[in-house]
Amino acid sequence: MDFSYYPGCSLHSTGKEYGQSVELVSEALGLKLHELNDWSCCGATSAHSTNFELSVALPARNLAIADQKGLDIMIPCAACYNRFKTAQHNLNHKEALRATITAGLDDNYSGKAAVRSPIEIFHQDIGLETLKSRVVKKLEGLKPVSYYGCLWLRPSDICDFEDAENPMMLDEIMTSLGAESRNWSFKTDCCGGSLTVSKSDLVEKMVGRLMRMAREAGANCLVTACPLCMANLDMRALGEDALPTFYFTELMALAMGLKGPQNWFGLHNFDPMPLIRSLQLL
Amino acid sequence: MGSFLDDVNQRIDGVDIQNCYHCQKCTSGCPMAQVMDFKPNEIIRMVQAGRKDALLRSSAIWLCASCETCVTRCPNAVDIPRLIDVLREMSLEAGVVPQEREVVQFHESFLGTVKRGGRVNEPLMIVSFKIKTGTYFNDVIVGLKMFMKGKLSLFSPRTKNMQAIRRIFRSTAKS
Repeated sequence: MDFSYYPGCSLHSTGKEYGQSVELVSEALGLKLHELNDWSCCGATSAHSTNFELSVALPARNLAIADQKGLDIMIPCAACYNRFKTAQHNLNHKEALRATITAGLDDNYSGKAAVRSPIEIFHQDIGLETLKSRVVKKLEGLKPVSYYGCLWLRPSDICDFEDAENPMMLDEIMTSLGAESRNWSFKTDCCGGSLTVSKSDLVEKMVGRLMRMAREAGANCLVTACPLCMANLDMRALGEDALPTFYFTELMALAMGLKGPQNWFGLHNFDPMPLIRSLQLL
Repeated sequence: MGSFLDDVNQRIDGVDIQNCYHCQKCTSGCPMAQVMDFKPNEIIRMVQAGRKDALLRSSAIWLCASCETCVTRCPNAVDIPRLIDVLREMSLEAGVVPQEREVVQFHESFLGTVKRGGRVNEPLMIVSFKIKTGTYFNDVIVGLKMFMKGKLSLFSPRTKNMQAIRRIFRSTAKS
């Protein structure tokens, strides 16, 4: 299976271990990722908060580059995914806007490339049975709560992901790796990621609540698929309530016996190695 | 020129906000409502009442985390996050000094690095934000830790076709 691949800015810096683990797991599962040629930033929250046209034009350039290839685009970052989906929705539904914005692009925009999440690709295209068959080290003793956050899911008519109030794909991937996925009511609550730099005091409280609720659900870690949630949960959780957070692809690589997890865990702010060692997973 | 309500609806270019019947589902599920000066459903009512100045000066429009919970749960599909983005743009266009200045300064720093390199360079973005806000000592330890781990590279790859990026910023710039 071939996909266009848009890593986005975070996966080259603060979300480095996410980028590396997505790429390694994809390769091991037989997916071929083609990084979009000379891609640029999606504009994230800052563009849509201050300039609507800019927030459509920035993803439009990348969508047009992808349209030339004719492959579905895998986007591991929830924020980029959300901005691509929103821009595509606006361009495909508003003729005047489409005419103005696409006139300034080098490539022809057709709006055909499907924007897809690696969660969905691994869960649906690869499938849980195949994932199970690739597990060499069951993640026994690991009790994650799946944390989806906002941007994969909402607004639900545009994101077209899965049940916006009770998504299950991450939970099911975790179960297929042999982990004991814990159920909780906070999987889609906002962590405040877009305000983590500018309003860190508020955000610490939001993250603290998520950590307390994860503990109450009997979890010993959180699992996420968003570099902004990860940076936020990994940095802003204070005191004894804090739990380690993993990217779901790091745990897939660990269960599949791929080389990399130890290095990636070393990049976390909150060290997950004591937990991993106590469960003899490495 | 139409009323404030007409202007807002026109810019939203979707469901008219008068469809709100104030069930307050939006405010109940809003993670930021407790720190906002006006709650999401109050913002809708204020637009209808023409309270433009109060809204453009409010902290609420900048504290919204854009989590999109409200619009997902709204029984009438009123797009409050889009409404708030419209109010943010109107506030910037009117030259209002925002109550939550550092939120706006963050967006300026973020888009500034995109404009210069086509992609976000996180260390340069943070330095620009700190210069704008004077908050030099927040997050220094965690920042250094990330730098030492190679997660904040000063030389992350940029977009090569900068002409295309400049064209996007120029053609969407507000006069």
